[in-house]
Amino acid sequence: MSTSGVAGVNARPVPRRHGARMAGVLPYLLSMPALLACVGILIPFINAVYYSLQRYNLAFPTTRKFIWFGNYVSLLSDAGFWHTILVSMTYTILTVGLELLLGLGIAMLLWRRTLVTNLLSVALILPLMVAPAIASLMWKLMTNANFGILSYFVSLLGFHDFKWASAPQTAMFTVVLVDMWVYTPFITILLLAGLRGLPRQPFEAAELDGVPATFVFFRIMLPMLFPYILTAGLFRMLDSIQQFDIIYAMTQGGPGDTLMVFQIQAYTQAFIFTNIGRASAILVILWAITYALSNVFVKNWLRLRERARGRA
Amino acid sequence: MTDKTTGLFSDYIAGRISRRELMTRAGKLGLGAAAIGTMLGGAQTRAMAANFDWQKEKGKAIKLLLNKHPYTNSLLMQIENFKALTGLAVTWDIFPEDVYFDKVTTALSSKSTGYDAFMTGAYQTWQYGPAGWLVDLNEFIKDPAATSPDWNVGDILPGLLHSDAWSGVPGEPLGGPNAKQWALPWGFELNSIAYNKRMFDQAKIEPPKNLPDLIEKAVKVQTDVKGIYGVGVRGSRSWATIHPGYLSGLTSYGGADFTVENGKLKSAVNSPQCKAFTKLWVDMIQKAGPKNWTNYTWYEVGSDLGAGTSAMIFDADILGFFQQSGDTKEKGNIGFEGFAANPDKKEPTPNVWIWSLAINAASNNKSAAWLFLQWAAATQQCLFAATKADLVDPVRQSVWDDKGFQTRLNDKFAGYLEQYKASAPGSKIYFTPQPLFFNLTTDWAASLQKMYAKEVGVDEGLDQLAENVMKQLTDAGIAQ
Repeated sequence: MSTSGVAGVNARPVPRRHGARMAGVLPYLLSMPALLACVGILIPFINAVYYSLQRYNLAFPTTRKFIWFGNYVSLLSDAGFWHTILVSMTYTILTVGLELLLGLGIAMLLWRRTLVTNLLSVALILPLMVAPAIASLMWKLMTNANFGILSYFVSLLGFHDFKWASAPQTAMFTVVLVDMWVYTPFITILLLAGLRGLPRQPFEAAELDGVPATFVFFRIMLPMLFPYILTAGLFRMLDSIQQFDIIYAMTQGGPGDTLMVFQIQAYTQAFIFTNIGRASAILVILWAITYALSNVFVKNWLRLRERARGRA
Repeated sequence: MTDKTTGLFSDYIAGRISRRELMTRAGKLGLGAAAIGTMLGGAQTRAMAANFDWQKEKGKAIKLLLNKHPYTNSLLMQIENFKALTGLAVTWDIFPEDVYFDKVTTALSSKSTGYDAFMTGAYQTWQYGPAGWLVDLNEFIKDPAATSPDWNVGDILPGLLHSDAWSGVPGEPLGGPNAKQWALPWGFELNSIAYNKRMFDQAKIEPPKNLPDLIEKAVKVQTDVKGIYGVGVRGSRSWATIHPGYLSGLTSYGGADFTVENGKLKSAVNSPQCKAFTKLWVDMIQKAGPKNWTNYTWYEVGSDLGAGTSAMIFDADILGFFQQSGDTKEKGNIGFEGFAANPDKKEPTPNVWIWSLAINAASNNKSAAWLFLQWAAATQQCLFAATKADLVDPVRQSVWDDKGFQTRLNDKFAGYLEQYKASAPGSKIYFTPQPLFFNLTTDWAASLQKMYAKEVGVDEGLDQLAENVMKQLTDAGIAQ
């Protein structure tokens, strides 16, 4: 048996060498899809960087030429672009911050499994099923000064001339409200999953010891939930800083330049003014800011994870 | 369809019987209004085929890019006749105006062959033409083999035809000696006042005679009639806010977008005339405009008039017409009036919007697309669309002269024809042709929104706008 086994092995040297070669190539083959996806992602990005270094307006084909960092210098010396950065950051901070607070609150209310909370959890997903552009049009109708239901409600509260997205003073409030309606459920679902995945022992021990609820919240639950909060915040931050559909559908970046965020600025430059060079430069700057902010989130997330492991 | 019926409509098209006789005999044959319209269209199509080979591109397919508009409906009502006439397969996409021009720009700039012909405005051709995205239609219009001898380009209102032709040199006039025919006019609109007669009667006021008068009356009517506002005008952050009432009124006050000095453009948006007019305009909206004016496109302006939410509009004449012809709450109450904003001027100076048709330079079916353009702007099709549908401002003089068309307007749209006759002589495109049209007008609309919200004063806002426009023109190499 053993002889035949040895003889058998010796008799088939070629397949073994082939197998060894395959084993060497296999990791590269397996990583090919990821490599192709990476190249697919990088091509448009590199293209955008390439365009951003050119004077490139589709309406002036003969004036196309390399101006290197000319578009960046022009943007960064334009007060309007700094306003765009400010508006985008304000929108991001407000939406992410408020949605995290509200999402956490709702998740805590739905934490304990009952028939009612299960039903509410399902109902909560509904706004996520509505395309943001459609949601914006719906809100545009609800906030219409002539027949909008929300305009009617605020008039009952004494605000007869509330202009919602039509006035610079209330435009940011209105679009943040719509964003919250659309995306808070997303945060809620993530945090609810996190809450339900937390170990029960610390909470049971705290309950037995009669630890105050605020202590449980701030010193037990919140630290354990923080990686989930950071993850939800990262996803929302990436989305919010690139906001387009809600704001464009409601105000096209107006009134005036009140809501002229990155993507609307870039869209206007590219699709209305046909200035591809400038639009690309805006998007590259947006990428740089997003990359920097993501790094902050990810580093904090890793730090928290390490701390959690250390404690464990 | 019997030979007798076919012969009846052919006789009418050939001018052998009058319209009255046609209607009488069609009635005796038991034909209803809808059937008469369809058969008339068919007879017109057969008549068109008499002297020209419309089937030369038979078997090919063209695709159209269209804007959601009553004019489009008038075209599509007859599209089966076009298919039968030419043997072409025709498909189309329709987009609402909010996104329509972005879609056109994307399709053309990407050199996509997906669309062969599309709707455009004259202003758009200033961007599309010099960029090489459009076909110069002169190559077809001047080619007897490509164009039917019955087509009669001379019947198209010359001002409109010239408005779709430009040399591409910033500041050079439309229709000049080196101009290329970038598009073919198909329908247009002038800007005037449409008002709610019921509300005006209730407030005991007459249609306004000039802008200060309009402001006064708008305030009065919104005070006297509860739950409405005085005057609707566009206000969204878009080029479309500038070209209707605003530019028409600005022109009346002696304002302009640019002056041309030594062949170079110089912004004139902060001239004393512009500032004087803009102060009144902003004052008008603040006192008597819609509460959410900054969201107002032509859809909202028109629908508010039809719904009885506004007392009047200063916008496209056809917008008032559609509220009178459609199934609106205020149908039957809409009046029309030509309007000169400046109290010192008597003649209206409406800026013109021209719905036109153009051919994509990247199209693989240019000849077939030209057949479509030719058919859409042919006398027979224009007459049908003007009398049986809502192509209310047709581009052909013969249609304006048609008794049936005039009767239709006078019977159901009292005052419309008078409004047109008062407005037409002073009407033209008052913008200076230049390829940064959308930059200028979008920024202009944003400036008006800031002035309306009192974020900036009118004088300061227009000075900033002028500076911004000059910077963009200088960067593009077309400024003083």
